[in-house]
Order: sequence, then structure tokens, then C-alpha cells
Amino acid sequence: MNAPAPTGLLAELTHRCPLACPYCSNPLDLIAAARELDTESWARVFREAADLGVLQTHLSGGEPASRRDLEALVASARDAGLYTNLITSGIGLTRDRLARLRNAGLDHVQLSLQDVDAASSDTIGGYAGFQRKRDVAAWTVELGLAFTLNAPLHRANVHNAARFIELALELGAGRIEIAHVQYYGWALANRAALMPTREQLDATVDVVADARTRLAGQLVIDFVLPDYYADAPKPCMGGWGREVIVVTPDGRAMPCHAAANIPSLTFENVRDASLARIWNDSAAFNAYRGTAWMKEPCRGCPQAEIDWGGCRCQALALAGDPAAADPACSLSSAHGRMGELALAEATTAPPPYRYRRFEK
Amino acid sequence: MTIPRFKPGVRLHRDRVRDRWVLLAPERVVGLDDIAYAILEKVDGSASLDEIATSLAAEYDADAGEIATDASVLLADLAARGYVAA
Repeated sequence: MNAPAPTGLLAELTHRCPLACPYCSNPLDLIAAARELDTESWARVFREAADLGVLQTHLSGGEPASRRDLEALVASARDAGLYTNLITSGIGLTRDRLARLRNAGLDHVQLSLQDVDAASSDTIGGYAGFQRKRDVAAWTVELGLAFTLNAPLHRANVHNAARFIELALELGAGRIEIAHVQYYGWALANRAALMPTREQLDATVDVVADARTRLAGQLVIDFVLPDYYADAPKPCMGGWGREVIVVTPDGRAMPCHAAANIPSLTFENVRDASLARIWNDSAAFNAYRGTAWMKEPCRGCPQAEIDWGGCRCQALALAGDPAAADPACSLSSAHGRMGELALAEATTAPPPYRYRRFEK
Repeated sequence: MTIPRFKPGVRLHRDRVRDRWVLLAPERVVGLDDIAYAILEKVDGSASLDEIATSLAAEYDADAGEIATDASVLLADLAARGYVAA
């Protein structure tokens, strides 16, 4: 198949993380440190990604600062010609380390906050890190690095969307990502504790619309809506095998960070094959690429090359078939059930969090 | 006098695989045509909009007024999208 050139590489450098956020998108089966790719393997992956057409890498995890070689990894990504985004909780960063990362060529820091005040933020994250996060924000701005505040929204903080935006301005962010939690990995396991109501969601839509008008040119606002209340699917990952390559801490290359949920797929490893070969020729990247794999109602749908059928993992989780339409689509036979699930969970007392931790 | 500059984390980049220039920004890639690239290549944080237009007019033997208009439209658009401060 003639594959388009990818633009993004999501580099999951490690699954180690001091935080234990219950909405983490990592799989339940976390990868131990001993299985992580080494510095030189990542450097090769960055070069192969750039040769393939990738322009930006997202250094993520887990917490990427848990890698002691993060400075070397940033330098090798920049040497390869990639724009470097650091997706971080802030824990593990000091002012000196941020300065070293900047000098290594880091372009952008995206810092997560779990809520707008310390008590709630630290409860959600399972770690007393709020003050350090504020420090990291201040150092990032002081060092002249681009700074995005990442605000994952769910039942416990969904009422604070407007306060997150005010906090972004106060901290000097140029961009905020207000992202309703997506239900994969740990978030799926915690869905009943995290799901907001339709009314709570609608209120955030109004807050964002107002802020976008008010703050145009001052603060870039990216907004991710939750699929469970949608009527049309998102073009998940920009379409399967179209824009993004994910490489896991142990070197598996996947079209999406949740793709390992689909048991029929096996993923090739960058230790064994080049990124170009995996991207162009592997069975996993071709499984749901383009439109030939689609069934009704996706097949022949005028939206087929806009949303690319939506999310395969969600189709498997809720419709029982990874080649089915994304249940977020109103034409999916599982669409009604998705809405009912959300409503039932959002209006029932939340269970305690199952915190994201390495489990034996 | 307006002195345009890129905001932190915004830079020009040669996209060799697609044979074009792009503007890279936090989580964004903006494809540039030749005119946009010629203008943005002059944005260095010290040249004013007028100086950029005058210099391009000389280089391309074109009307400085027209170039100034093109440049200010482009830069206003990029400013509204958060890439450029003027």
C-alpha cells in the first residue's frame, strides 16, 4: 500500500512515573525499566523518523524526566532535525535540568496539572507535586521555552475549566490543552469514576468558546471533547497509519498508543526492523489504513476520508469488533449503548480510583 | 514601528521529505508557500515590517507598498493564531 509520510512520532520513553493519575492513557500492563530502549536506539529511531518525513516528536511516557538520559535524547532528536515537545508532569525537572534541556535544543514544554489547587491536584495525581509543577512552569517561562498547560478534564475537576484558563494566563502559558479524558488504558478501568455528565461537558464547551474569542492571539486553546457524548467520531490519530507513529518504551511501533488493546494485531519492534519498513509494510500499520477495511456504515460513507472510521480501540471495546464503526458515530449500532453507559456512570456515586501503578 | 518576532517555540524548518518550508510551533505544522517563506525568513526580531518590505522589494524588484500589505496580512494572521508577536 502507498502509505502517506507521517508527521509525528510519539516517543514513549518510559512507563516509569511518580504520579499515578487514574486517567493515564498507558496500558494496564506497564513496561518495566529493564525493557526500555537505550539512548542509542532512540537516537536511531529519531533519525529514521526524520528520514521518513516526521517533523515533530512528542517525548512522552510515563514521565520522560524519569529517563536519566533525557538531555541526550532531546539532543539526538534535534540533531535528527525534529521539533521536540516534552510532555511532562514536571516531576523530575529542576531549573538546572530545564536549562540543560533547552541548551540541548528542546523546543516546547507541555506540563500537566491535575487541578487548579494543590489539594485536589495531588489527590487526583496520587502524588504531592502541585507546588513543584508551579515552579516548573515559572522556570520554563523564565528560560524562554514555549510553554503549554495541559488540563485533563473529568468528573472531579470538570467544573474548573475556566479556572484552568485563568491559571494558564497567570503562569505565562502560550497555549492550553483542555482535554476531556479519553477512555483507553487506565482511564477505561476508571471510567465510572471519571465520566462527567452531559451538562458538565456542555458548560466546558461554552467556557472554551468564550475564552477563544476573548484571548485570540494571546492564548492558543486546544480542546478535546469526550467521545461518549459525541455524535460523530474523531479522526483518531489523524487516521490509522496516516500521520503518527507511536514507539513504546520497549520499542514496539504502533499506529496509536492504545493499539495494543487489539489482540488480533502484532507489532513489530524497532530493534528488529527499520521504522520505514514497519510504517510502510507491516501488517499492523496496514490493518486499518485507508478505507478498504471498512464495513457498513463506514464503507461508502461521505465522511470515510474525513474521520477515517474513528477509533478502532473504542470500536473493539464497545462494539466488539475493531473493524466496526466507532460507537461515537450516530450511525453505529453501539452508539445508543455508549450514551446510556456514560449517563448511567455519570449519575452514580463514583467508585474510588484505581491508581495507575506497576502491578505485580 | 512594528517589529515582528516569532513567539517562543516557533521556528522555520526545511521539510526535506516534502520539499517545502514549514513553520513549526507547539503541536503545529504550518506549510508555507514561497511568498510566506520569503517574508518569514526576514523575521529576526530586529527588522521592522517596513524594513522587511523594503528589502524584499529590492530583492524581487517589486513594489514595496504591495509587499508591505502582503506581509502585514500574513503576520496579522499568524499573530491571531499565536505564532507571531508584533
